Amino acid sequence: MDIIRVKDLVKKFGSFVANDHLTFHVEEGEIFGFLGANGAGKTTVMRILCGLSAPTSGEIMVAGYNVYKEREKIKQNIGYMSQKFSLYEDLTVSENIRLYAGIYGMRKKEILNREDELLERLKMEEIKNKFIRDIPLGWRQKLAFSVAIFHQPRIVFLDEPTGGVDPITRRQFWEMIHEATKEGITVFVTTHYMDEAEYCDRVTIMVDGRIADLDTPRKLKEKYNAKNMNEVFLKLARKAKNGDDK
Amino acid sequence: MKRFLGFVRKEFRHIFRDPRTLGILFGLPVVMIVLFGYVVSSDVKDIRIAILDHSKDPTSREIVRKITSSGYFIYAGDLQSEKEIAEVFESGEAKIVLMFGQDFETRIKTESTASIRLVADASDANSAQLAVNYAQAIISSYFLSKSEEISLPWQINVKSRMMYNEELSGVYMVVPGLMALILILISALMTSVTIAREKEFGTMEPLLASPLKAIEIILGKVTPYVLLSFVNAVTIILLGVFVFHVPLVGSIALLLAESMLYITLSLSIGVFISAVSNTQQSAMMISMFGLMLPTILISGFIFPIENMPTILQWFSALMPVRWFIIIIKGIMLKGTGLAFVWKETLILLGMTLFFILMAVRRFKTRLE
Amino acid sequence: MRVLLTLLRKEIKQIFRNRMMLPMIFVMPIVQLTVLVYTANLEMSNIEVVVVDQDLSQYSRGLVSKLDGSPFFVVKGSVASYEQAEALLLSDDVDAIVQIYSGFEQNLINEKEADVQLIINAINATEGSLINVYSNMIIRDYSNNLRTELSGFAGQGMALNIEIIPSYWYNPLLDYKIYMFAGILVILVTMIGMFLSALNLVSEKELGTAEQINVTPVKKYQFLLAKLLPFLMIGLFELAFGLLIGVFLVDLPIRGSLLLLFSVAFVYLLVTLGLGLFLSTISSTQQQMMLVAFFIWVTFILMSGIFTPTESMPVWAQKINFINPLSYFMRVIRMILLKGSGFQDIARDFYGLLIYSVLILSLAIGNYRKTT
Repeated sequence: MDIIRVKDLVKKFGSFVANDHLTFHVEEGEIFGFLGANGAGKTTVMRILCGLSAPTSGEIMVAGYNVYKEREKIKQNIGYMSQKFSLYEDLTVSENIRLYAGIYGMRKKEILNREDELLERLKMEEIKNKFIRDIPLGWRQKLAFSVAIFHQPRIVFLDEPTGGVDPITRRQFWEMIHEATKEGITVFVTTHYMDEAEYCDRVTIMVDGRIADLDTPRKLKEKYNAKNMNEVFLKLARKAKNGDDK
Repeated sequence: MKRFLGFVRKEFRHIFRDPRTLGILFGLPVVMIVLFGYVVSSDVKDIRIAILDHSKDPTSREIVRKITSSGYFIYAGDLQSEKEIAEVFESGEAKIVLMFGQDFETRIKTESTASIRLVADASDANSAQLAVNYAQAIISSYFLSKSEEISLPWQINVKSRMMYNEELSGVYMVVPGLMALILILISALMTSVTIAREKEFGTMEPLLASPLKAIEIILGKVTPYVLLSFVNAVTIILLGVFVFHVPLVGSIALLLAESMLYITLSLSIGVFISAVSNTQQSAMMISMFGLMLPTILISGFIFPIENMPTILQWFSALMPVRWFIIIIKGIMLKGTGLAFVWKETLILLGMTLFFILMAVRRFKTRLE
Repeated sequence: MRVLLTLLRKEIKQIFRNRMMLPMIFVMPIVQLTVLVYTANLEMSNIEVVVVDQDLSQYSRGLVSKLDGSPFFVVKGSVASYEQAEALLLSDDVDAIVQIYSGFEQNLINEKEADVQLIINAINATEGSLINVYSNMIIRDYSNNLRTELSGFAGQGMALNIEIIPSYWYNPLLDYKIYMFAGILVILVTMIGMFLSALNLVSEKELGTAEQINVTPVKKYQFLLAKLLPFLMIGLFELAFGLLIGVFLVDLPIRGSLLLLFSVAFVYLLVTLGLGLFLSTISSTQQQMMLVAFFIWVTFILMSGIFTPTESMPVWAQKINFINPLSYFMRVIRMILLKGSGFQDIARDFYGLLIYSVLILSLAIGNYRKTT
């Protein structure tokens, strides 16, 4: 079943076309990667799917809801973690968890149970009363992800979630993403780390606002006769006409 | 040098990209001048006056007519009893009540004396006093004109002359005050917040790591504000002189030079504030409460300094704005030269040096 | 409801964890009220005058000592020529010059009248006109005394003896401080309302946490209400705190109903908070927001009638005051505190503020974008 369906999505900022007739779908339970250089239009797509930004045109359904009319219903069913988002720095770990759980209308008892469980899993019981500003960036990212899926959304959107984190933490982070899919959560992730594309079930490569190609990493590598995703991306980027004048 | 200019250009572009901020920076002085020029006048007029006339004779009616046609008062109705005074005061319908007793006319005729009562709502003490004064003056002059042939002996006539500001325009005081305020606002507040913002967002570090010297970075940041401040100062002077006819008696060159000195001082205070604060909010609060409010309140801009308790007068001496206002007032309105304001100029110079030294020291220790 | 409570809990925690907050709530009002009440004083005293007495007669000296003896004036000395006096005026050493020409006494006796020249530094027009009023009052008094003394009877038979008896209600001692204090309370409450809530919201926008809230199903009104309520409470607390300071510091009278005052303050705070939130929806950085708010705040304060009665302003300014919430509250707080006005006296202002609050809050909520 398709949990996200996008047909002819166009987003313009004035005369600048950020997304040029994108068409794709995301299947329930998969890890769907959005790759591209900075400014390729990845974040714009994600913001539209989350209801943060209004599309210029196109048919877009998320979790069975229309992004034009049923934005608030979509929001009940998704989780979101942006590159900028770093939780509330002046709230503690535990307070951040409870805040977002409360926002999604979770019951107090359920929150407390799941909070303990989560803190145990993250090994953060000791620091649950520490302010976010006092804990290291890697921990924050992991916690931010856990908070984004705490209310068990159907889809979680991750916008460059591993920016600025060390390789070990990045690995751990991707392990967490896999865990989440086991619970049936669909993951939509943007990144410009090409090695991370290997972890995805399917990958969309965006160049200058268009979808250059979309397939599983294995098939993409075969198709472009490349050793890794980085090569795939470089070949696609070189092919694109507009890419040169930057 | 080329690198430095490039950096300055970038800072300029940064400021000009935000038309709203620019609009406010230039709109603020205009609005303030207009407000002070037309709205916040010291003149108390259109005071609502109610009449409680128990006598209802030609004389009392004549007095009422004189008062309500004077321009100072607006007729707010007739009262029937003293009880109603509280009512009209409480509802704000009238601010002053003019009372004539029952025997008003008879006493004039038989005893040549008359007694009139003025009851004022003195919750606003100043306006009440002024209103009573106006009414007294109108009534006295009415009786004086009636008894013209019999002149009052031993009369001392006061001839007043309002020096430097014959028309009692509120703008005169505002031009220097406003210059001081706007220059502080742009130079100190804007700069300190801009630099603090870079620190907060961590964008200062790449700059510090670049081959630009720390002093170049600071200068690059403040240069656009120097120009903005200067343009604003000139705008205020032009507006004051051409729209509100504030005289510019003294030397223009001296006026501009003193303004530059003050701008430099404000900027060094701004840089100093940004050096001691880590977030925009704290820079904002320090500038607001440490600089802006004192500038408005204890600089002599709105409220006369001599009225203040001694301790506040001392405190105001620590404020650069106080000295700047004396200088500007002197040059613009009285036409005094450096001979009269050299003391104040030296004080400003001393303060500038102090803050530059402090700011440099703070920045150095941070960088090392 | 549960969502709102969750958000409220967050806001309250954040507010009280902000290191700047407690000083803002407790220290600022004390400093502002104590300092301002003594600075924002348009009541003149210690007006410094220099005398150019070219008559040096008994009467001229009498006039000078009469001036010196009044609470308004301090005679700083006497100089021989007008030029010397003007130099003192020029250097701001004195506020006014009193010049008594030679022949003053002679004229007074022979011609029954004499002139006194007053030269007042009027750069500050308010100050200038007050100095003029006071000096006229004192000199008139002096000439009346003189008349009684010289003629032995108070003008009888020659002219009418007019007695104008002023009485000052609510404030017989003409204490300017209590009037100012009430006005400063308004400024204080407004600052809390407009700046703190707005800065709070803009900083979430700037830091990106607002966006995180925007992807959740939180309703706009819930988010904004949670921002508004804590500051509403702080604002009311501030008013109570300020009143307390007033009672002890300047014997601020509380003649009307406190319940009424707080009800008006409640509605007024809704307006200022709405205004602050509205401003923050149209600004993207704290700096921008601060400038806009500062601009509006200063304009509103100056027009509110804190120093000069709004009735004396030109008609267009009075019309602008229609959208100036400060002018409503400025009027009402003084009416209730100083005069004991009741609800029907302030009903119009109350309903005005009520409509205003509904409009501005709807505007703020409507203008807040979860989607760009």
